[in-house]
This record gives sequence, structure tokens and C-alpha cells, in this order.
Amino acid sequence: MISSRFSKVISWAYLIALYGFIFLPVIVLVLFSFQDGRLPVPPFNGATLKWYGEVFADNRLMAALGNSLMVAIGSSLVACVLGFCAAYGLARFVLPASRLQRGILIAPMTVSYLIIALGLLSTFNWIGISLSLWTVGIGHVVINLPLCFAIIYASMGDHQKNIERAARDLGAKEWQVMTQVTAPMLMPSILAAFFLSVTFSWDEFIIAFLLSRFDVTLPVEIWSLLRSGLNPKTNAIGSVVFLFSIALLLVLELLVFRRTAKK
Amino acid sequence: MAAASLEDQENRKAWGFVTPALLWTICFFVIPFIVMTAISLATRTGREIVMAWNFDNYITFFEKAHLLKGLFVSLEITFTVTIISILLAYPLAWIIAERVPQKWQRMALILAVLPFWTSYVVRSYSWLLVLAKNGVINNTLIWIGVIAEPLEMASTRSATIIGFVHFFVMLLTLTIYANLVQMPPNYRRAAADLGANGFQVFWHIVLPLTLPGIMVGAFLTFVLCIGDYITPQILGGNNELALPQIIMLQLGRRADFPMAATLSIVLMGAVTLAYIACARWLKMERT
Repeated sequence: MISSRFSKVISWAYLIALYGFIFLPVIVLVLFSFQDGRLPVPPFNGATLKWYGEVFADNRLMAALGNSLMVAIGSSLVACVLGFCAAYGLARFVLPASRLQRGILIAPMTVSYLIIALGLLSTFNWIGISLSLWTVGIGHVVINLPLCFAIIYASMGDHQKNIERAARDLGAKEWQVMTQVTAPMLMPSILAAFFLSVTFSWDEFIIAFLLSRFDVTLPVEIWSLLRSGLNPKTNAIGSVVFLFSIALLLVLELLVFRRTAKK
Repeated sequence: MAAASLEDQENRKAWGFVTPALLWTICFFVIPFIVMTAISLATRTGREIVMAWNFDNYITFFEKAHLLKGLFVSLEITFTVTIISILLAYPLAWIIAERVPQKWQRMALILAVLPFWTSYVVRSYSWLLVLAKNGVINNTLIWIGVIAEPLEMASTRSATIIGFVHFFVMLLTLTIYANLVQMPPNYRRAAADLGANGFQVFWHIVLPLTLPGIMVGAFLTFVLCIGDYITPQILGGNNELALPQIIMLQLGRRADFPMAATLSIVLMGAVTLAYIACARWLKMERT
């Protein structure tokens, strides 16, 4: 009896300690973004929204935020469409060397972002393509395509095959089957792939840093803010970035997982 | 005859679906990788890159102590982070799977990985707030009078490791939890019925069954950790450079593309070795 109660206490203490460790930096970040003072460290002088005001008045930060949204949504759309088509082709047809094809599509997942970025940078330099948000977008599609492909491919089961066959027997053309039968059936996993891609692209730094020049994304702009050391304004924009990612996940949870769980 | 042409038609359709994604990956991943490998065999003279097709850069890597040290620093940090993260994450995943009531488990798990979704840059900056010379820990400790002088915590290897462990504890908790809940409870009940005590059940039944999950998580940790530039740069500072920091230094200040490419290939080699080791081990476990 004593030992079981003891182990219970230990368990809960451990749980609380680790949650504390996991949340400590986030709480510090968000709390001191409201700091009424020049330094985002204790003691806490009182709450103000001044730094958020400064963030939203900062043209460079706002431009970077817009760029990040554009790159994230654009690259995720491309990655999802390409990934969906490839998954459809590989799951529904018999192709030669399909294992190799799957291997190539998944390969970028196993390589560090730094190496992907460096490879693209060397190639763009070599061909003479100048760096812009487009090149960042290309890089983000490279890292998100394997993810989208894997998620959508994994959800293509055999039971959907029969429904597709029925549609085809009733005279639907291939693209009609794909867009009006397969895609709606797989919508939860397509949405999951899309929102995950958006979060990854939104948070990604090294590819965006190496492949952009004048217009940059938000993580790169925050990186250049870091040179000024600890600053409540950096806390404020960091909190905004964090809250946006959490909002995306919340949408994902409510829209996708809840619905599939109910089914 | 008709059947063959129908098959041809089907085949062409299938290729039409797969080709765009394949082309994208080949153009923007496979070819760049080949280009980078080729550049690692070139030399830099002034600002020009001359294709020399030799292994001089690789020889330089093994001869120059500060370059080689980067690899060892990275490996040391990565191994330390992987081990600490597993040791911290396993009990957490276990407690969530065993002690937390069923209906709260999903919530507990989502909470445990929430900060996972902050970008590397923001997460590292947050840890800087905690660990800096005038940061949260130092100011608090001075305020309550435990120490008089601030502790040096930022710009050390420990800071890098703390930043990494924070991230990978969340990742590993997810993979280990997934493994724990998949395990049929009968195995443990059977072992207990046969007289095993709690520790024996864990050591002989639970741990071996969850090892594959640990290995997958450990491999992910290894790949993400060894290739990361942000965490060592922001938290570790410039006292001791990890391999990605040296790569970025070659790119930035020295504009030495061939050397940066060489170091990246070395990095990639380390990851591949880890992958082979992991795959071998998993295969051995299965047979």
C-alpha cells in the first residue's frame, strides 16, 4: 500500500517537473512580452501591450510576416497537389520500380535541411537563378512533399478502391474519379498534410535564410532581431509566431481529427 | 491486342500522376545533391570556384584540427542529447500511458508537445531568456540570495544541450507513447501471473517491446540534432563550434563553397552511418 502510494506521488511529481521544463521557456517568452520595461527578464514590472504595438507598427516585421504566410500557403498547396497525385498514381496503378519511386519521393525526409538548402544554393548559383521568395518556396516544397506524399499514401486503402471502381463503371473519367470521389474521401488526411506543411514552412529557418535575399520570411527577420540581444519586442513577435502555430494545430485538431474520431 | 493497348493507356495515366512529384524531387533534390557533391571536389581560388576533381577538401578536413573537431563536437552533443532525452522522455510517456486517466491522455499528450510547434529560432531565444547572464534563472537566484554573481550558463555546451533536450523530449515522448499503448496488456499480465515483479516485467517484457520505438525516435533525434545550426549558434555561442556552424562560417565569411559542400557531405556520411546502424539493429531484433 505504502509503496504504491509512494510511486504515485513520484509519478505525479515527475510529470509536473517535466511539464515545468517543457513549458518554462514558452511561459517566460509570453509573460515577458507584456513586460513594462526595457528588459524581458524578472522582476516583472507590470503589464503593457506596448511591445505588441511596436511589432505591428514595424513595417519590416509585417512584410516578413506576409512573406511567410505567402510562402507557407503557396508551397504547401503545391506539395499537397503533387503529393496527392503521386500517391494516387502509386497506390492505384501498377508501375515498374514503384519501390524506387517511393524511395526517391521520401528521400528528402532523411536529409538535414542544411544540406538540402546548400544543394539548392549551389545549383541556383551554378545556373544563375537569383534568390527570392520563389527559391525559398521551392525549397519548402522539397521538404514538405515527402510528408504530404507519405500521409496521403498511407491513407489510401483498398475499400476506397471499390468506390472508385464503381464511379468508373458509371462512366466517370479518371480526373473526375480523382477530384470528385478520391479527394473528398481522403479529405481528412489531405487537410492534415496541408496544415502540417504550413506549420513546418512557417517555422522553417535555414532554407529560408540561405535561399532568400531581399525579401525574407519571419524566422529570418527574427534572427536578425536577435543581434540586439534580449528585447521584449522579440518576445512579442515570438509569441505571435507561437500563437499562430498553435492556432493552426487547433484548426487541424478540430477540423480533421475530431471528425475522423467521430466516424 | 486490345488488352495490351488498354494496359498501355492505364500505364500512361499512372505515369502522368507520378511524374510531376518525381520530377520536382529529382530537379530540386537529387540534382542539387549531385551538384553539391561535384562542388566538394572543386577548389576555391580567390572568388572563383575551379573544378579540380580531386579530394583535396576531404584531405584538408582530416588534417585541419579545427574542422575535424567540429565533427566530434557535433557527435558528442548529439549522443549526449539523444541519451538524456530518452532517459527523460521514457518515464514521461510511461506515466501518461499508465497513470493518467484514459480520457485525459490525449489532452496530456497534446500539452506535452505543444512547445514543439515553435520555430527553432523562437525556441532557442526563449531558452536564452532563461539562461542568459541577466536571464530568468540568474536574476531569480540573485533575488532570493542563493548566489551573488550570475552563473555562466548561456554560450556553453550545456546551454546547447538543454535547448536540444527540450525539443527532443517532446519528440521522443510521442514515439515512445505510441509504442507503449500499442502493446497488448496481456503480455504484462501473463508475466505477472508467472511471478515476475514490477521491475522484471518492465525489464524483460515492456522495455524490449518498446525498443523499436525508442530506436526510431533516437534516429530522428540524431538526424535533426546533428544538422541543426540555430540551437548551437544561439545557445552555444562561438566558444566551441559544431559542424553546422562551421559550414555556415565557410559560406558566410569565407565564401568557400567547396569546403562547405565537403563538410556537408561529411555530415551526411555521419547520418548515413547512423541510419545503417539503426536499420541493422532493427533487422536483427526482428529475426
